[in-house]
Amino acid sequence: MKEFLEGSMAVAKVIQLCKPGVISAYPITPQTHIVEELAQIVADGHLNAQFVNVESEHSAASVVLGASAAGVRAYTATSSQGLLLMGEVVFNIAGMRLPVVMTTAVRAISAPINIWNDHQDAVSLRDAGWVQFHAEDIQEAADLHLIAYKLGEDKSIMLPVMVCMDGFILTHGVETVDIPTQEEVDKFLPAYKAPYKLDVENPMTLGPLVDPEYYTEARYALNETHKEALALIPKITADFAKVFGRTYNGLIEGYQLKDAERVIVAMGSVCGTIKEVIDELRKKGKKVGLLKITSLRPFPVNQIYEALKNISKVAVIDRALSLGSFAPLSAEIKAVFFGKAKKPKAISSFIVGLGGRDITKNSIKEIFRLMTGKEKQGEFIDLKPELLKESYEQNTL
Amino acid sequence: MSKTLFNSGHTACAGCGQSLAARLVIDAAGPNTIVANNTGCLEVFSTKYPETSWGVPFIHSLFENCAAVASGVESALKYLGKADSINVIAQAGDGGTADIGLQALSGMLERGHNILYVCYDNEAYMNTGIQRSGLTPFDSNTTTSPIGVKSTGNIRPKKPMPEIANAHGIPYVATASVAFPQDIQRKVKKALSIKGPKYMQIHVPCPLGWRHETNLTIAVAKLAVETGLYPLIEYENGILAAKRQITPKPVEEYLKTQGRFKHLLKNPDEIKKVQEIADNNIKKYGLKVSEATN
Amino acid sequence: MFGPLTCKPGSSRNNKTGPWRTESRPKFLKKNCIACNMCLLICPESCISGEGKNTYDFDPDYCKGCGNCARICPKQDIEMVKEDSKE
Repeated sequence: MKEFLEGSMAVAKVIQLCKPGVISAYPITPQTHIVEELAQIVADGHLNAQFVNVESEHSAASVVLGASAAGVRAYTATSSQGLLLMGEVVFNIAGMRLPVVMTTAVRAISAPINIWNDHQDAVSLRDAGWVQFHAEDIQEAADLHLIAYKLGEDKSIMLPVMVCMDGFILTHGVETVDIPTQEEVDKFLPAYKAPYKLDVENPMTLGPLVDPEYYTEARYALNETHKEALALIPKITADFAKVFGRTYNGLIEGYQLKDAERVIVAMGSVCGTIKEVIDELRKKGKKVGLLKITSLRPFPVNQIYEALKNISKVAVIDRALSLGSFAPLSAEIKAVFFGKAKKPKAISSFIVGLGGRDITKNSIKEIFRLMTGKEKQGEFIDLKPELLKESYEQNTL
Repeated sequence: MSKTLFNSGHTACAGCGQSLAARLVIDAAGPNTIVANNTGCLEVFSTKYPETSWGVPFIHSLFENCAAVASGVESALKYLGKADSINVIAQAGDGGTADIGLQALSGMLERGHNILYVCYDNEAYMNTGIQRSGLTPFDSNTTTSPIGVKSTGNIRPKKPMPEIANAHGIPYVATASVAFPQDIQRKVKKALSIKGPKYMQIHVPCPLGWRHETNLTIAVAKLAVETGLYPLIEYENGILAAKRQITPKPVEEYLKTQGRFKHLLKNPDEIKKVQEIADNNIKKYGLKVSEATN
Repeated sequence: MFGPLTCKPGSSRNNKTGPWRTESRPKFLKKNCIACNMCLLICPESCISGEGKNTYDFDPDYCKGCGNCARICPKQDIEMVKEDSKE
């Protein structure tokens, strides 16, 4: 049923429909509306779930770890500093192969402290072993949570899934969203039946000490499972389309790629802005396009190769840094083409939209303008050099 | 499979007080029990893949989150409607409880989960090689609070963990010792019969860390109680309900059995300080067998 | 690919720790035992069993020779003997 909803409310309603048995979270801007709404839903008796308010994100993640290990569908949500505080548990949940689903309202990382949107938090944990989806808009954010549970709980996968939605832009923005019915969700997403759990009838030990004799293979298996998830995601999105009538590839989405000469690669809500700019430039005959990455992990290498191999100029937008090296997404996109016969002449890397700085249509036009044959490396868009003089040079004198 | 839920074959050091206490706890709790255990000696020596000593569902996640993991398990059981028939135990060592795990424990206690938390107190980080923890006794020689020209060992007394737990307003807090095995099992059964969060702290000697002969585990534990250095008490709904009364022995009898205190034997001033700690305990909890009764 | 590493209950029994003993092992005399159960209760290896007077004994596959049982027996009905003694 179509509703005009704030992003957080849309996600809360979809989580309600997924009927998690245990929800646990610690408040952090801009995630709070999600967990507040869920608390109200539970308080009003619309969801039979144990809602556990905890004393830190480290414990929020540990509570959902325990609940999932006891065989119950679990949900949590966090942002920024909270994600880093639960970082140890995030790696642990993946290693213990527990299909927890978590929303990350992505937000800048301190220092300096900043409560606004960029991708630094989730991107910094891309190696943890979770599937990591990035949503462009509120509909996609809501839908990706259904896909997350279906994928994560698949017996052959058993992986935790993080759905990233841009802090404030999507959590607090308001859009028309089609919220499915319980029947539709129940048809798509069966109740969770854990293949292994804490069960007094079948008393297993989970989380044993593993020495060099056995450790590597456990990590190899986790890594291989990501490849299997790559193959499964399109099948799941096909099922999704049959039930809900919306089609996603779940891995990437091309926009105006067919004859494009200059293509921007990006994640998250900025893709909406880019599409608008592409429409404008296309009207002026400019052959421009967008490749949206929905699944940062597993990283869809082959799909990206097929999508960009004939594109002459590519520019990757990063809304996060890998301090001291290539911007994270740009490094991975470049890696797709190393040693390949077909590849773009230039794969430039641009940094934009950190700490909530708006990415305007002009910012995007600037990037398209800068996409000449000469490769740009980690170039900041909308940087204010005057600030560098004012506040930083002085300090160092 | 033998009758116990904590099977032989674990790799604890000979004479380990913690492996003994772990068996007493789980056998008293019974098979309908799920255990969430922090990283530490117990977890390391009882769950080395592909083997486990545990005959009950057991989960180890990290070093500081068993109280939160157990909260998740208990919440899941509540959701499944099984919370009344299955015990949930969260357990860790002294460091895993009083230092790195204190926040998760406080959260669990404050939220009122129906969980028994057991702290196995061997008074230092033994799994990593005898480093000082918040529950390391005063003047104890550890690798990170070593004796030296300028030092007589650990400069601080034990953190009052049972009082901290009790301050959360929980229904039951108890301390116990491997010197009184039936008392441990009685207290575990009593705790599990009470709804809500319970805290139990068991004194478990560590021959390696305390530097005593492997056959003195029970004897050393007994002396800790008999000197007043390790009061055995029970709080029910915040009130001191019971205590093991003693005819106090001088602390020196306890100190001389262990290498970690050997440096004190030639230092009467320091022994006086340790004796003062024992005397305070005796006074505070009324441990001395009252003359009237004997 | 396959899920997490888990262990089957009680599988530690595959790991015989008896060979850890170097100096001594207990010898249950089975003469004056009053079945007080203390030896069974305090064995750190869960490897003493018995039911009734003079029936208690240790499992040499797992006993690490710590000696606590001999010390605790109120009737001195358990002695520690040299590991290689024939008794």
